[in-house]
Amino acid sequence: MVTTAPLVGQSVKRKEDPRLLTGNGRYLDDIRLPNTHHMAVRRSPYGHANILSIDTEAAANLPGVVGVFTAEDLKDSVKPLPCGMPAGGVENHLPPHRVLAQDRVRYVGDAVAFVVANDPYIAHDAMELIDVQYQELPAVVDAARAVEPGAPQLHDEAPGNICMHWTAGNKDDTDAAFANAEVVVKHHIYNQRLIPNPLETRGTLANYDAGTEETTLWVTSQLPHVHKILLSAFVLDIPEHKLRLIAPEIGGAFGSKIFLYADMALTAWASKHLGVPVKFVETRMENYVATQHGRDQTQDIELAARRDGTMLGLRVKSLANLGAYPSTIAPGVVTALFGRMVSGAYRIPAIWVEVDGVYTNTAMVDAYRGAGRPEATYLVERMVDLLADELAMDPVDVRRKNFIPPDAFPYTPPDLGMLPYDSGNYAVTLDRALNHVNYSALRAQQEEGRKAGRLMGIGISSYVEVCGLAPSSWIQKQGWGGPMYESAEIRVLPTGKISAVTGSLSHGQGHETTFAQIVADEFGVGMGDVEIKYGDTAGAPFGMGTYGSRSLAVGGTALQKSAQKIKEKILAIGANLLEVAPEDVEFDHGSVSVKGAPGSSKTLAEIAFAAWLNTGVPAGMEAGLEATTYYDPPSCTFPFGTHICVVDVDPDTGHVDIIRYVAVDDVGPVVNPMIVDGQLEGGIAQGIGQALFEGAVYDKFGYLLTGSMIDYAVPRASYLPNFELDRTVTPSPISAFGSKGVGEAGTIASTPAVANAVVDALSHLGIRDLQMPITPQRVWHALQQPK
Amino acid sequence: MTRIITLRVNGKSYENEVSPRLLLVHYLRDVLGLTGTHIACDTSQCGACTVMFNGESVKSCTMLAVQADGGEVKTVEGLATNGKLHPLQQGFWEKHGLQCGFCTPGMLMSSLNLLQRNPDPTPDEIRHALEGNLCRCTGYQNIVAAVQWAAQEMKAKPAAGVAE
Repeated sequence: MVTTAPLVGQSVKRKEDPRLLTGNGRYLDDIRLPNTHHMAVRRSPYGHANILSIDTEAAANLPGVVGVFTAEDLKDSVKPLPCGMPAGGVENHLPPHRVLAQDRVRYVGDAVAFVVANDPYIAHDAMELIDVQYQELPAVVDAARAVEPGAPQLHDEAPGNICMHWTAGNKDDTDAAFANAEVVVKHHIYNQRLIPNPLETRGTLANYDAGTEETTLWVTSQLPHVHKILLSAFVLDIPEHKLRLIAPEIGGAFGSKIFLYADMALTAWASKHLGVPVKFVETRMENYVATQHGRDQTQDIELAARRDGTMLGLRVKSLANLGAYPSTIAPGVVTALFGRMVSGAYRIPAIWVEVDGVYTNTAMVDAYRGAGRPEATYLVERMVDLLADELAMDPVDVRRKNFIPPDAFPYTPPDLGMLPYDSGNYAVTLDRALNHVNYSALRAQQEEGRKAGRLMGIGISSYVEVCGLAPSSWIQKQGWGGPMYESAEIRVLPTGKISAVTGSLSHGQGHETTFAQIVADEFGVGMGDVEIKYGDTAGAPFGMGTYGSRSLAVGGTALQKSAQKIKEKILAIGANLLEVAPEDVEFDHGSVSVKGAPGSSKTLAEIAFAAWLNTGVPAGMEAGLEATTYYDPPSCTFPFGTHICVVDVDPDTGHVDIIRYVAVDDVGPVVNPMIVDGQLEGGIAQGIGQALFEGAVYDKFGYLLTGSMIDYAVPRASYLPNFELDRTVTPSPISAFGSKGVGEAGTIASTPAVANAVVDALSHLGIRDLQMPITPQRVWHALQQPK
Repeated sequence: MTRIITLRVNGKSYENEVSPRLLLVHYLRDVLGLTGTHIACDTSQCGACTVMFNGESVKSCTMLAVQADGGEVKTVEGLATNGKLHPLQQGFWEKHGLQCGFCTPGMLMSSLNLLQRNPDPTPDEIRHALEGNLCRCTGYQNIVAAVQWAAQEMKAKPAAGVAE
């Protein structure tokens, strides 16, 4: 293992891996408390229905069952789950999202009642014995249908099923741009609904301690501090200082563990009510119907341009399907993180975006890896290719002509309300990617192959995205009701070992390694002397968690700032111990020495010991050696890059085979190249999943047809190619080390690269578009259509 | 109604009274406390619960504990010997073959089965052999590299790869 400084920039092997490789990771379902009881939730089998009656008697009589509860039991003590991020600056209709349905169910999976038993098998048996009588109501699952007159209505509080109508940009300028355009390209996109599918489903374990009156919740959470505040302030009858949340090892999340879920409140309430620990772990099929989904946007787009390929204006109208209730941050995500990013990597002078958030009889939709930016990027990258096709130009030339040039940064898209793009050189990533695939040779091969009936396609995606989600002042304008800083508390322990607590939360990203690299370098010590902790709200500074590719840019910077504060004190104590002035010493390689006299020095351990025992701390200075930072950056970061996908389409079966996949990303300077590449590879795989395989499908009654892993195609090893990765490095002026963020880049970039490649393979046959997922069946049908 | 079963898990003998409907995976996790074997789907699609049973990989959510009566089970907890990682574990560490780690125990056990059948698999053969194991984090590229790393290691040092 690499152990010598500087560690930042090196592919240090992960500290977390030995426990995960030996079966010693402690995920939620692995936690064992004495006398743990198990919760099973009875869910609606109907998309939309009135509840006529609930008979719990048979369930309650099953031996082993200790309680069966309905909305009636909770009505005085558990309040609805709040929406923390309505769309900013507009009126939002936010009907209550109750933890158990009252009178009416609004989607398949809506919780109706729950059982607690001393055994998980018995809990599920009893749950099946609850007799619920329903009166089925007409359902609506499609956002476009939900806003039509006469559509079934979900909520009295949301007339027309509308949550909000939101706009961004300049309508007059955009209208003028279209009036002056030489060419207008119009397009309709359904960015389909996806199921996040972390390998670990969600769950909660609640334990009420009657002695201390404290409730501890172990939760599969990406942001336990935020969940704690939301639960305490809005949902549960538990004061904040009597509630502790712990996020144990998390088995993936991809956004789906950001949101507040009913089971968190149900287990907490039941544990206190029954006096036993109560555990809930979703089955996979429950996860499919009742954990938040992603995407599901229906978009109408118009792009105005000159015949030379110069873009003049962009109009976007999007219907965002929010599902049955307002999820924790959904209205804010589908507006700010989508609408303000629709111009992508291009200088488009006039833009107008409208977003309607719509309720339907489906599972809730909220942030899923990329959250708004994949929908924006897919839209603009498909439009570029359609414009190139319309003008018979090479899509490379259209991109190059419209890129924001390197001397334009910081660049703010006109009137969109986005923060300035921090830094970039988009053409360089495009050139490098073209060079990697040998683009001109590929085009010649394509031309030659077409004569022989070969269907080869080349797809390009040049993306930019907003990362390092912050600062508080901007996010709050987008509707978020909280802050968006990140915290870091570092303590140099009396023996010189270092404990660092971050407010962000690793759920596979490897913070214990990358953050240890940063801290070890700051103090000039080895990786083994640094412990990174997170996920427990007890005794830790308030933190915002991990999503929006923010952990390094915001949380990493916070750690560096805390280290720097401590180093000032190390110098002062060291100088005092060495009996010289602070300006005469320096801190290097873990010890303080007199400048010019390296033999005269004190180690970090000696200084830490003196600091905590208060022996040698300068007069007027407090004992101890620790610092806490709440870092709220001045702006966001904007990673970018170009991905190129090359496909062969089988003309007989419609099967798409990815034969090359090249990604050139610029995420700024990299702390751990191995981990960054891993994030990109996994992200690209997920984006390919959307392009070719995945899609959640409801029937018209609101029944989820893709209700298990049998019916929903999570990509398997044999479906995916080898990815060829390269990068350029453009530092961000915003964050420590200039890092930008990488968690979502691969997913954002890859979906349009693949779709553009498949359409390119078929374009000479008159095919202009294909609905995702681009399955062999869809390709085959397109090939059969007369052109 | 319960039944008594006797089996060996990771070289240790156990005798337990279990319900006939208890799944093998629940027996391992809840009765023996071996929580390294994970559950990630209800339909035998994901492979997270893969263990070795009588020398072959099985999805322990598709077997009842009573069916394992008299058999020999190896779980991820039994992969390392005397505190030394198995070459597959080492390969996954070296090649960053895991992120969240939830699919990893199943991936390791399926890979073990592959290398027992085919000590020198090509990348395509590895991808095909791991069809029954889902990973949502890595995009599989590093898992393929990890299995290749282990295969090389086991060829170079046959004693390192225990092919029981």
